[in-house]
Amino acid sequence: MVLRRFKADLHVHTCLSPCSCLDMSPREVVSAALQNGMDLIGVCDHNSAENVLAVKKAGSRNGLMVLGGMEVTSSEEAHLLVFFDDDDDLLDFQKFVYQNLAGKNDGHSFGLQVIADDEDGVSGFCDRLLIGATSLTAESITAKARAAKGASLVIAAHVDREAFSIIGQLGFIPESLVLDALEISANTNLADAKKRFPDCENYPVITGSDAHTPKDIGKRFTCFTLEDGTVAEIKKALAGRDGRKAEC
Amino acid sequence: MKLRDLVAEFGLTVKTGAGQLDNEVTGGYASDLLSDVLAHAEDGNIWVTLHIHHNIVAVAAHTGLAGIVLIQGRVPDQDTIAKAEEEGIPIMVSDLSAFELVGRLYKAGIRGAEAL
Repeated sequence: MVLRRFKADLHVHTCLSPCSCLDMSPREVVSAALQNGMDLIGVCDHNSAENVLAVKKAGSRNGLMVLGGMEVTSSEEAHLLVFFDDDDDLLDFQKFVYQNLAGKNDGHSFGLQVIADDEDGVSGFCDRLLIGATSLTAESITAKARAAKGASLVIAAHVDREAFSIIGQLGFIPESLVLDALEISANTNLADAKKRFPDCENYPVITGSDAHTPKDIGKRFTCFTLEDGTVAEIKKALAGRDGRKAEC
Repeated sequence: MKLRDLVAEFGLTVKTGAGQLDNEVTGGYASDLLSDVLAHAEDGNIWVTLHIHHNIVAVAAHTGLAGIVLIQGRVPDQDTIAKAEEEGIPIMVSDLSAFELVGRLYKAGIRGAEAL
């Protein structure tokens, strides 16, 4: 077993997210991530994973590891990053999210939601209201992710922000909610986050860029010590098992 | 009642959309969950909230709201201001708490839906 360090930005959007820049096509995301020194990225668009496979393909052609995930909006309007090793688990999870997401997108008010292929061709537009909140509680989202066949990860996104963070929405993290880690945004650092949010002492903390434009990819990243760039390995690192580590 | 009447009566600070103060106010809605506002606020409503994130502008534009009133002297994010100017959405600020402001708006004749 050989462990090595991976620079990982686990919070990257693509042009599928309505609030994202249209330049965030699969090839552009991969090339910007490599240019900015990343070994691994996590693709997590709002409430959809329709560009994940294209970015994975573009990544594997260019030597960038890509984890497939989604940034789900819970009914409490908290954002959760959910990742799966197995693409079938991710697609099954997407079905679950779509069944619980109402509304149609309004491109003018919220932005276009471009579905792209791995060569940056436009294969369609997602017409669901991805900016909206699902009717799923944070607990039901974590339960569904945990029921997947393969490895899964659930990370509370940008907990230091006021909007769309589980701490911002609920005041503190309910004890019954099982999370693998908390993510802090580029607006803070670990020491400051621990001072302001006591929950950051009780969970592993990572950081990511929440990039909506190519230049922001890798602006913030977490250093993982892993055997391979997989969800299962990151899970071990967050739990501090078998020599795996996560440092932000 | 027009927005400009409310601005004058309640001493609201107009942050954006100064050109839209002739918007007619049909009623009011108070909520801090954007998804709830999307689902239940009505065209021409004035929305009372503490949210300062730029998504409030998209929600207001999509729902056709007359304007947004931020409570407790909250300061909108810079990108919220930019987006609101672009979309022509009035954002006004009151120093009052939500409870107090809504009470006074009600007294001035602004009504909400009784059941949703």
